Amino acid sequence: MQGTTLILVIGAMAIAAYYMGRSRSVALVGGPTQGTALHSLPGYYGYFTAIWCLLPALAVLLLWVLLEPRVIVALVVQGLPEAQRNLPPGELNLLVNNIQNLAAGDAVSGTVDASLQDAANRFNEYKVLSRKILTVLTLGLGGLGAAIAWRRIRPDFRARNRVEQIVLVALIAASSIAIFTTIGIVLSVLFEAIRFFQKVPATEFLFGLNWSPQTAIRADQVGSSGSFGAVPLFTGTLLITAIAMLVAVPVGLMTAIYLAEYSSRRVRGIAKPLLEVLAGIPTVVYGFFAALTVAPWVRRAGESMGLEVASESALAAGLVMGIMIIPLVSSLSDDAINAVPSAMRDGALGLGSTRSETMTRVILPAALPGIVGGILLAVSRAIGETMIVVMAAGLAANLTANPFEAVTTVTVQIVTLLVGDQEFDSAKTLAAFALGLVLFVVTLLLNVIGLNVVRKYREQYD
Amino acid sequence: MRMAHMTESNVTENEVMASQPDVDVADPVDTAAAATGVAVDLPEQQLTELGATVGEVRCADPYVVAENVNVHYGDNHAIQNVTLEISKKEVIALIGPSGCGKSTFLRCLNRMNDSIESARVTGRITLGGQDIYSKEFDPVALRARVGMVFQKPNPFPKSIYDNVAYGPRIHGLANDRAELDDIVHNSLERAGLLKEVKDRLDEPGTGLSGGQQQRLCIARTIAVNPEVILMDEPCSALDPIATARIEDLMDELSEDYAIVIVTHSMQQAARVSKRVAYFHLGLLVEVDETDTIFTNPRHKLTEDYITGRIG
Repeated sequence: MQGTTLILVIGAMAIAAYYMGRSRSVALVGGPTQGTALHSLPGYYGYFTAIWCLLPALAVLLLWVLLEPRVIVALVVQGLPEAQRNLPPGELNLLVNNIQNLAAGDAVSGTVDASLQDAANRFNEYKVLSRKILTVLTLGLGGLGAAIAWRRIRPDFRARNRVEQIVLVALIAASSIAIFTTIGIVLSVLFEAIRFFQKVPATEFLFGLNWSPQTAIRADQVGSSGSFGAVPLFTGTLLITAIAMLVAVPVGLMTAIYLAEYSSRRVRGIAKPLLEVLAGIPTVVYGFFAALTVAPWVRRAGESMGLEVASESALAAGLVMGIMIIPLVSSLSDDAINAVPSAMRDGALGLGSTRSETMTRVILPAALPGIVGGILLAVSRAIGETMIVVMAAGLAANLTANPFEAVTTVTVQIVTLLVGDQEFDSAKTLAAFALGLVLFVVTLLLNVIGLNVVRKYREQYD
Repeated sequence: MRMAHMTESNVTENEVMASQPDVDVADPVDTAAAATGVAVDLPEQQLTELGATVGEVRCADPYVVAENVNVHYGDNHAIQNVTLEISKKEVIALIGPSGCGKSTFLRCLNRMNDSIESARVTGRITLGGQDIYSKEFDPVALRARVGMVFQKPNPFPKSIYDNVAYGPRIHGLANDRAELDDIVHNSLERAGLLKEVKDRLDEPGTGLSGGQQQRLCIARTIAVNPEVILMDEPCSALDPIATARIEDLMDELSEDYAIVIVTHSMQQAARVSKRVAYFHLGLLVEVDETDTIFTNPRHKLTEDYITGRIG
């Protein structure tokens, strides 16, 4: 039976099990009118039976799908002639690929001899056999599970508690997926970064002032050994982030205040969706807007004032990034302001505050945790933003605080390091992981500090 | 016969102001019934047409005067042609079933309805002779003169001190820190809260109990030295002991302020107020001395309400 068919059949069995469990529970107490004699509602007995039909069958199916290819390959290899079995792993892999391709009817590299054809046939046989066993096993287990559950149904059987327990486990499983993924990513970045720090000392990476990750591609090539001082990257990131926040925070916050407290319903109905459109523009579009429109404009404006401005300036990238972040700041601040109970507003107005006094003295302090949270999110977004800076800020790792010069950021360097044609264990490639790790730590620290500041100074309303 | 005369003249006055000459004011049945002290059995429909209030809407030394006040929320006519006078140092209770417009009327007196977009107020309300709805009158200044205490205690999420100091600060009532300290202490003292919070003025006001929070809100209101205090069911979220303290407080405060209280508790109205106004479906049905209303209501609707048959 095909995989999808199998799943459909199991699903149908589960539905059948639901009705059987349900009707058994009702029958046990002598009809639907005697429902109160049951510990749980009849439906829970049905769910209980259905779950015990589904779970074992699906578990076996999952295991089978994971293990089947390996087992079959191992069996096929076992049946190969002695000479081929003892090939080095690489060539054996090639051979197995050939067998699989032949079995599937795809093009095969090299000549097809009798032993290869034979192996392909056996591969197909094993596959068919495996399907048969799987079908019998899953359907059998599903039926068995349902039958056992069905037999356990008694009027005093606590079906609801069992079902709720299983649901709880499912909820915990779902919530751990995100956590484990995060841990996995952190660990993989961490191990690659450790490999990098074996080649380049951590002190040089963290405190070095010179970033020039050019290493020789071949061992015999004459070239620089590269220098991996990340300080210019981080100052560049901070510079651009600071410019972006200087644009986004005041504009976004004032937008939120206007929309939440002053605007009429009509204006709000038009302005809010428009702001959300701004949030929906792809960053690459912002990127070429920054590179082709804003950067030249900044340069011309600077030159007309007698300033020397690079054509790829930190200012242009920061300005556009700030505009990109405005909707994030405004929409989160708007939510925070709206979450302040209207009783606060009434209280302040009732004492004779003007609207602006109400806003600055009562509402904003009460909404501060939400607003700072939004700003922190925006900072994280700005630090992690790549596309705009790739296009508008350039690649020159200048150590400068001058917004008119070209700078580069951590994310941009990660991109350029990984799109190069280096081998994957060169210091240049591994540097990307080290940068990623430090970036992660910095963002994490920012969040922790920010949350603590908020907790300390918040004005809690209830 | 005195009562009958009063009723009639009152109705006539209302009638003139409402300028609805097509309604027969001196309805013989109405007058006769009032004269004999029997509750008038007016169908609600007829009441709506009349827009007339039984009892005495006028008082001896009026300070807040509402004349023919109408409030619309969109298409909903929430307050219909209400006329009421409130004197300078009295407690008047507004009672009536939910949705009868008593809170709406209360919020007209300090223009809190302004913040509701769809609300429209017509008619005339004067405070010490000044029309509070005229263009020249600043609602912000009005709210400093007409303070308000809300149904649910709503202290700001600031310290107790800052809560009370909020009003004086925004209105610039204190020249230096010492004056501000004085105002805060006096206000807390008058709200009967000083003893309990003396040593923790810098703790958040939200950390107090419900009754203390409500007294803090009262302290906050009297700190700006208002002339009138509006209370919108100030005790509905409090237990009986906290309620008793607030009621005592109202009694003391009524020596200096006019207090208008909306309440659902008729016992409370009977305990604290000098006059009672009964609202029904946006109409002011009956106004009179508290004793008269509770012992000898003249309108059928009032009687039904206070005896528990409606509302």
